[in-house]
Amino acid sequence: MAEIDPRLIRFSELVPSGANWSHVLKRGTTLRLESLGDSGNVSALFYNFELLNERLNLPDTLKCQHTARLTAGHCLYSDMGRILVSITEDTCGWHDPLSGWSTESGVASRYGHRTYQEARNEMRRNARDNFLTELGKYGMDERDLAMNVNFFAKVTADREGRLQFHEGHSKAGMHVDLRAEMNTLVILNTCVHPLDTSPHYAPQPVQLTVWSSPPPNEQDVCRVSCPENTRGFEITRRYFL
Amino acid sequence: MSHLVESLLHPVDAVYEYTLPAGEPWMQGIKAGQTLRIVDLEGNQAADTLFYNAHDPAERYSAQDTIRAQGSLYLGAGTQLMSTRGNALLTITADTCGRHDTLGGACSCESNMVRYALEKRSMHACRDSFLRGIRQWQPGWTKRDITHNINFFMNVPVTEDGGLTFEDGVSSSGRYVEMRAEMDVLCLISNCPQLNNPCNAYHPTPVRILIWP
Repeated sequence: MAEIDPRLIRFSELVPSGANWSHVLKRGTTLRLESLGDSGNVSALFYNFELLNERLNLPDTLKCQHTARLTAGHCLYSDMGRILVSITEDTCGWHDPLSGWSTESGVASRYGHRTYQEARNEMRRNARDNFLTELGKYGMDERDLAMNVNFFAKVTADREGRLQFHEGHSKAGMHVDLRAEMNTLVILNTCVHPLDTSPHYAPQPVQLTVWSSPPPNEQDVCRVSCPENTRGFEITRRYFL
Repeated sequence: MSHLVESLLHPVDAVYEYTLPAGEPWMQGIKAGQTLRIVDLEGNQAADTLFYNAHDPAERYSAQDTIRAQGSLYLGAGTQLMSTRGNALLTITADTCGRHDTLGGACSCESNMVRYALEKRSMHACRDSFLRGIRQWQPGWTKRDITHNINFFMNVPVTEDGGLTFEDGVSSSGRYVEMRAEMDVLCLISNCPQLNNPCNAYHPTPVRILIWP
């Protein structure tokens, strides 16, 4: 898969395991998430930065693309029918939209509690609290929480709907590219997946790269992957007119 | 498919009864310990439903917490409907349908434009009903307070390879789902007006709502 032309890179940043990150991803740029360890997880929420009550709507996203997993060619839709980011490249193949965030009680009961006083920045954090902390920096709160994506994680459902977490699904070095179709507030953290079956607390760091990417052309893989997305791109185009 | 559980409650003992036409919102407080029943009167109707903690509505229904807590996608008898804080809002105590969806969300004018055609914007949709419902109940509530809902009586199967489809309902005339409130809750229902897909068999119909003390 494609190396990013170094001349296009705007900045690059390492997010350690269990940590928070946010950024207003500008239209015309792409965010690459590269997992630096095996079995990584990045929990993420997305908002229209110009209208913060417009946010990622995963039910709309899944039903319009007839999918319960996310990979290259898929778009992440807001509740207004617009595309916040599209997935232009993916070496992992499956990202989880079903399972939601890890919680303080979930992490404590599975791995044990570990405070800052005991462990400094190795303290055990959870995605829900991390989301709320980062949302607070933009004047947002619990009312702004919505269903989140867990990048690099795979959870399937059998015929009865029973969920299965696939341990070891992602490997170090895998990446996924998120191209901003709007000025999109990205809120993410590197906490463990809430259904991770490993008995060991082992969140993984992620390398982030923001780079200047060309606008989607008429044959763009995300635009033409289904007629719904062709309409989604048109609705998004009209927003900027 | 979940197992079917019939209710022991009789309509004559209900303290509240209302028939909600298709395309209308309904919002009502339900006290801890009370039981809510929704009846699919004519079959294959979707009842798009949200719940809130009545005393602190920032705590509200969470589809992902509900799925994760039971380790399963579909709702049925025994499912605890979980909040964004990980608390049980209600428990499904009876169900003669067998499967309910919480992944498909509610239809909106904007999502209809994406899914069907840009010209569908003007068709009535659940999220407009939700906004009308909360506006009448609580001035100041906005789209921020409309989160991802339950679709009672709707069938949205997910395949093992990650496909998702909307299929004809598994419900039929007279089937119902019943749930006991575990805390004082607010219930918001949009009786779905969708005409573009088979969630209502292309023929939206009324649902009956009953509450027992």
